[in-house]
Amino acid sequence: MRLNSLMTKTILALFAFNLVTGNLSLAKEYTLLNVSYDPTREFYKTYNQAFADYWKEKTGDMVKVNQSHGGAGKQARAVIDGLEADVVTLALAYDIDAIGEKTGYFGPDWQKHLPHNSAPYTSTIVFLVRKGNPKGIKDWDDIIKTGVAVITPNPKTSGGARWNFLAAWGYALKKNGGDEKAARNFVTALYKNVPILDSGARGSTTTFVKRGIGDVFLSWENEAFLAINELGPDQFEIVVPSVSILAEPPVTVVDQVAKKHGTFEVAKAYLDYLFSPVGQKLAAKHYYRPVAPEHADPADIARFPKVNLFTVGDVFGGWQKAQKTHFADGGTFDQIYVPSR
Amino acid sequence: MTTQSITPNTLGDAALTEPKAVRWLLSGLALTFLILFLVVPLVAVFVQALEKGVDTYWAAIIEPDALAAIRLTLIAAGVSVPLNLVFGIAAAWAITKFKFRGKAFLITLIDLPFSVSPVISGFIYVLLFGLQGWLGPWLKAHDIQLIFAVPGIVLATIFVTFPFVARELIPLMQAQGTEEEEAALVLGASGWQIFFRVTLPNVIWGVLYGVILCNARAMGEFGAVSVVSGHIRGLTNTLPLHVEILYNEYNFAAAFAVATLLALLAILTLVAKALLEKKVRHAVKSATKPIGVE
Repeated sequence: MRLNSLMTKTILALFAFNLVTGNLSLAKEYTLLNVSYDPTREFYKTYNQAFADYWKEKTGDMVKVNQSHGGAGKQARAVIDGLEADVVTLALAYDIDAIGEKTGYFGPDWQKHLPHNSAPYTSTIVFLVRKGNPKGIKDWDDIIKTGVAVITPNPKTSGGARWNFLAAWGYALKKNGGDEKAARNFVTALYKNVPILDSGARGSTTTFVKRGIGDVFLSWENEAFLAINELGPDQFEIVVPSVSILAEPPVTVVDQVAKKHGTFEVAKAYLDYLFSPVGQKLAAKHYYRPVAPEHADPADIARFPKVNLFTVGDVFGGWQKAQKTHFADGGTFDQIYVPSR
Repeated sequence: MTTQSITPNTLGDAALTEPKAVRWLLSGLALTFLILFLVVPLVAVFVQALEKGVDTYWAAIIEPDALAAIRLTLIAAGVSVPLNLVFGIAAAWAITKFKFRGKAFLITLIDLPFSVSPVISGFIYVLLFGLQGWLGPWLKAHDIQLIFAVPGIVLATIFVTFPFVARELIPLMQAQGTEEEEAALVLGASGWQIFFRVTLPNVIWGVLYGVILCNARAMGEFGAVSVVSGHIRGLTNTLPLHVEILYNEYNFAAAFAVATLLALLAILTLVAKALLEKKVRHAVKSATKPIGVE
């Protein structure tokens, strides 16, 4: 008898288990890999949760988004070498162009698939200095003075570093009435003041903030805010230069990889949602300038200082050209950068 | 000087010519150095880890990404150590007990991972198995993912830990010579019998010693694994990579908490190493002693 009742129980348990798993199998479970650049860690952490909730509500399916972060150039290289990203959210368009070109995963017109050139948020480059601004840094001219140590990552591997470089170059061009030679001298002097080139923006932040190296850190605006938030407003302050660059970090679905994974639809929805009120609001909350500020919390928008911005298109004729002139092997950066010692 | 045989271990005070002050000074210097560069950093790791209390410490360790990192580290070590154990014993056996052409070349090959920077060894695999690499297109056509996945991490770990067991055994086996094996052969033992009953028991402590070193390196490797990892949270991050990520996310207490796991591993390794070192030295000594003198 006892054996019998045990068997009944087991069968009942199995039946219940089947019911549960049967229910689960109705809801699909998707996994996305988002390969991103360095400073977006905190943003995508919250955004992924928001999207998973939204998607579950809408379709009943579960979405888990895995993240990989690093310098934008390095991350693009990894995708080219076979890291199977469903979506890439990098610091600049050129790195995504490179992925498309080398792998054929998506066409050259990827940037037209989403509004605003596929950039759901923008940012700019500001100066982070130590509290009280002991070196009296007000604008670009102050950071090329002798005795000022400048922290910026390596433009070969980091997207943020390339924005830094172009921001400085653009400033010098404007100041000298478009004189390329003057711009070159300015940027050469700037990189003479750089003691360390980290491979990504986050590495540079750590160098400046945690290791206490350098007087001024050329930083993503969001990264500067984050450093102040995480490590105390009593230690650092932000200096907004007279003119800076409009950084547009774009996003795209890696068509062929997502199709292979069967995640194309979810991946597309994941990026579309970045442009939704929720996505925009979260971006502003994490110090990215939303392309649709009307959706963001006005208090968040108020935190952004007013900066005179120029674009890569205006000054450099687009990323392809800027990359070739300045950052390709043997380009301007290679010519002017001489490691100290 | 007396006529008694002198080995470094039996040198007494009398044999030292330096004045006491010099000896104290030198010992003091060495000790200060040791404390400054080994003990203090080790203590600092634990202090930083527990800075925000035991709860934070524990939360950092049972966090899903941390557990995934621990699991992956165990997998990488669990695969690479046994493989290197088998390979190391086989290589050491072949090199010390047999004569063949190309022996010097084989030894050089075994040493290669020591002389190559770990980052380079990682890149070798990307160049070979990456999508743009030699075997990349073939792997893609067959839907095999090596790089930026667990197999790549295991491969890189195997490569950097390749020499540990072999390098540990070769000098030991060389010191022991081939007499015992020859005796066994004369008495009619088969190859496997010689190996399991004579060779292996003689070097068993050396094997363990090599395994411990190999394991420590396998779990602690950063450079090579970093290159082939792809840094996907919860999937392809080993413990050292996870520490870096936490540190870069201003999560200092958690970074140090996870680092204590690696520090504990290091301490355990040191203790095991110290214990085994005695046994190994004894094995070498008894091997070099003439037969009949006990």
